[in-house]
Amino acid sequence: MQFETVIGLEVHTELKTASKIFCGCTTEFGGEQNTHVCPVCLGLPGVLPVLNEKVLEFAVRTGIALNCKISPYSKFDRKNYYYPDLPKNFQTSQYDLPICEGGYLDIEVNGETKRIGITRVHMEEDAGKLIHAGTISNSEYALVDYNRTGVPLLEIVSEPDIRTPEEAKAYLEKIKSILSYIDVSDCKMEEGSLRCDANISLRPIGQEKLGTKAEIKNVNSFKAVQRALEYEQERQDEVLSEGGRIIQETRTWDDSRGVTLSMRNKEQAQDYRYFPEPDLVPIVVDPSWVETIRRALPELPEARKQRIMKNHGLSPYDADVITASRPMADYYDALLAAGAEAKAAANWLMGEVSKHLNACSLDIRSCPVPPANLAEMIALIEKGTISGKIAKSVFESMWTEGKAAGVIIKEQGLVQMSDEGELGSIVEAVIAASPQSVADFNAGKEKAIGFLVGQIMRQTKGRANPELVNRILKEKLTGK
Amino acid sequence: MDLFRLKAHELHEKLTRREVSAVEITQSVLARTDKTDTVIRSFITRTQDAALAKAKTVDEKIARGEAVSPLAGIPGALKDNMCTNGIKTTCASKMLANFIPPYDATVTEKLAAADAVIVGKTNLDEFAMGSSTENSGFFTTRNPWDTDRVPGGSSGGSGAAVAAGEAIWSLGSDTGGSIRLPAAYCGIVGLKPTYGRVSRYGLVAYASSLDQIGPFARDVRDCATVLGVIGGYDRRDSTSIHSPVLDYTKNLGVGVKGLKIGLPREYFVAGMQPDVESAIRRSIDELVAMGAELVEVSMPNTKYALATYYLIATAEASSNLGRYDGVGFGHRGEGNDIVSMYKRSRAEGFGPEVQRRIMLGTYALSSGYYDAYYLKALKVRTLIKQDFDRVFEKVDVLIAPTAPTTAFKVGEKIEDPLAMYLMDVCTIPINLAGVPALSLPCGFADGLPVGMQIIGPHLSEEKILQVAYTFEQAHDYHKQMAPIREVD
Repeated sequence: MQFETVIGLEVHTELKTASKIFCGCTTEFGGEQNTHVCPVCLGLPGVLPVLNEKVLEFAVRTGIALNCKISPYSKFDRKNYYYPDLPKNFQTSQYDLPICEGGYLDIEVNGETKRIGITRVHMEEDAGKLIHAGTISNSEYALVDYNRTGVPLLEIVSEPDIRTPEEAKAYLEKIKSILSYIDVSDCKMEEGSLRCDANISLRPIGQEKLGTKAEIKNVNSFKAVQRALEYEQERQDEVLSEGGRIIQETRTWDDSRGVTLSMRNKEQAQDYRYFPEPDLVPIVVDPSWVETIRRALPELPEARKQRIMKNHGLSPYDADVITASRPMADYYDALLAAGAEAKAAANWLMGEVSKHLNACSLDIRSCPVPPANLAEMIALIEKGTISGKIAKSVFESMWTEGKAAGVIIKEQGLVQMSDEGELGSIVEAVIAASPQSVADFNAGKEKAIGFLVGQIMRQTKGRANPELVNRILKEKLTGK
Repeated sequence: MDLFRLKAHELHEKLTRREVSAVEITQSVLARTDKTDTVIRSFITRTQDAALAKAKTVDEKIARGEAVSPLAGIPGALKDNMCTNGIKTTCASKMLANFIPPYDATVTEKLAAADAVIVGKTNLDEFAMGSSTENSGFFTTRNPWDTDRVPGGSSGGSGAAVAAGEAIWSLGSDTGGSIRLPAAYCGIVGLKPTYGRVSRYGLVAYASSLDQIGPFARDVRDCATVLGVIGGYDRRDSTSIHSPVLDYTKNLGVGVKGLKIGLPREYFVAGMQPDVESAIRRSIDELVAMGAELVEVSMPNTKYALATYYLIATAEASSNLGRYDGVGFGHRGEGNDIVSMYKRSRAEGFGPEVQRRIMLGTYALSSGYYDAYYLKALKVRTLIKQDFDRVFEKVDVLIAPTAPTTAFKVGEKIEDPLAMYLMDVCTIPINLAGVPALSLPCGFADGLPVGMQIIGPHLSEEKILQVAYTFEQAHDYHKQMAPIREVD
């Protein structure tokens, strides 16, 4: 039997507000354990939460960016469960009336656009962090760091519209791109500011009813999400093909072994006893405030991509790569503003710049070559001052020395030789010194010309204008 | 002269006229407490040194000719579920027997800013769950009028302290009657303000949507004064009300001429002590004689209030008390793993009534029961609120008994939780509706004080206090102090 995979994703993202969701403590990552705390986030007897309005604003901004309806009336609820990283033993979250509902976003996989529904976006508080002495099941004790307790989170829940692990990855990349564009989250998976749980089930093709799902937790990168889903897809397929039954359960992803493992099944699932948070008043959102936020929203990746394609003739692929992150797109815009030609700028950005950034694990925001310098170099290629090949070594020097292209070219004498007379005499000397190659050429061996070009380049230390060399050489050899 | 017998406004006058010092007043109250509290047992923690130090600073201010607030230098007490920075706050629970908060409740801050003298933290039913202080994890407080009897609860320590002269005023918290019942049983004035009138920040939560802090005093004027000090919007409490705090003492004397008093028939319950009912009815007749107009009204959903309360309050409590798990603070039991540690901590730290309410509330919120219990209770709560909205279109205030009986004997009802719950039948609907209500003495039944309840619409504290003041001034109940037979 052939099965169809159905995937839904729950993304948790930490918001980059200055202070926590219900108190004034800083949200800064790192910091000495248990220093970013106060009676409120420690849940001491008698304390009360007060909603940080910035959190609401960020949630609304996110909802708009994800094409959601912003609820005019929403509320917080308590999700009750016992865990030592949760000082009150309930998490203040949103249950039946979330702040945003019914949105979507478009992803592109294999050149095709697909729309993925967003069920809801809701606000909640993060829990603290447990540090176990040993493994989670054998540790003698655990220590708690409450610095993260009360950091604001958004939970973004997708519809089960995703059909392949690849689509899941594309969806996550799109979410990350949007969240960073609208400046609500740092989206650093390694710091836990973006986390993902994946629900996956299989059903016979053509069947409407969803199959039994497994929820995969503890996936720490987009790549891992894809791998975990691929594994789980295969596992479920095997179980079902052999006539087995999928158990509804939570599974954890073991990245080093590349497998998902059962954590607990839903039959023993906890009853969270949700009920309205009596310490917070319902949230009534003024539509005109939502409009203000909507108007102030920055250009989103999709719009930016369309603009770049339309105004500068870039391919959808190139435009996608460049607009995937806002800093990258900003760098590109800065290149153009400094006079760089659009296509060449795109190639340099996606080529040498990205290569160097990856090699040094740098973010484009800390790129040592400022856009104006790169634009200058691209213009020098355009003018014929340096060749494309020389430009690569010029870029290398710009990267390491931080100097402008013109300075490096001057210092290293890299200006391209484009003087026809000068090149002409070098060409003639090389022809005279290579009778065998000339004879080969005359005998119809086109390849022989490569040897001659190589000789000329060697003599000019690579500075000869390659187009000019080719033309002069052909003229001299054919006598035209 | 026994300074501890005076009211706050009388003492304030003597202070500003420099007839007595704040230190003398405080010493008088402390000495009285030394004498009486071995019998009454109002206090869990006494703070004599801090009290005298505070009194001294007030005397210095007065000596410098500075104006002082009406509570400056006047000794009062706090129910031990209000946080006091550096001073134990136990909620009368073994769970928090050694808990010292690192912060002050808003009311604690406001009282300190008003230079009030705090003489200690008073006993209560554990986590404010009860009607007699018998559920205290430490000891039972006695009624100063008859030490064989309970002072009412849960704010029994605060009520008894004021009645016994161990404090001039005090604060209690009222979730289902916990200020008004002790006020009635102890023959003093107690006010539960409108929900949100006084900040709950720093009040250890029992049932968040019902809890409200309010004053105890020996007369209406003092009660009004304390409310003026502790009331007001607090940005740390999202449920506190944006409405200016009035000088509630200013217009106390306006009288009751033309006032429409509603008499809710459902509050005169079957099984009510006859002499309690007759005391209330006589008091109402007197108010009519003073010019008020009487309207009999019906509040048909009153009969559901008790059940509604015990679902909503316990549901909230089951969540609010989740934090007492032995991890970060409070009692920790021994266990081999986290779950057994949780269980031992909670089994050892909480008393039977607290455990009973946590279980009841957990059950009410459980999946499969939520709709039938908690959700239905929320709906009925709305109906009860509508009962109040409807009657307050017709009348200015309602008058009802505070409790169906006078103070009962220690041990009389402790084995029968349902009989105990019935003590709150006249007070609970008010918390569900969030409206203010005051209990004041309106006579005696068999030597024990009877409390009359005056209930008003949202933020009608001024009106309620005016009615109470008018009645009080026509009698001398506020001039009588409990004669403590072991001492006086």
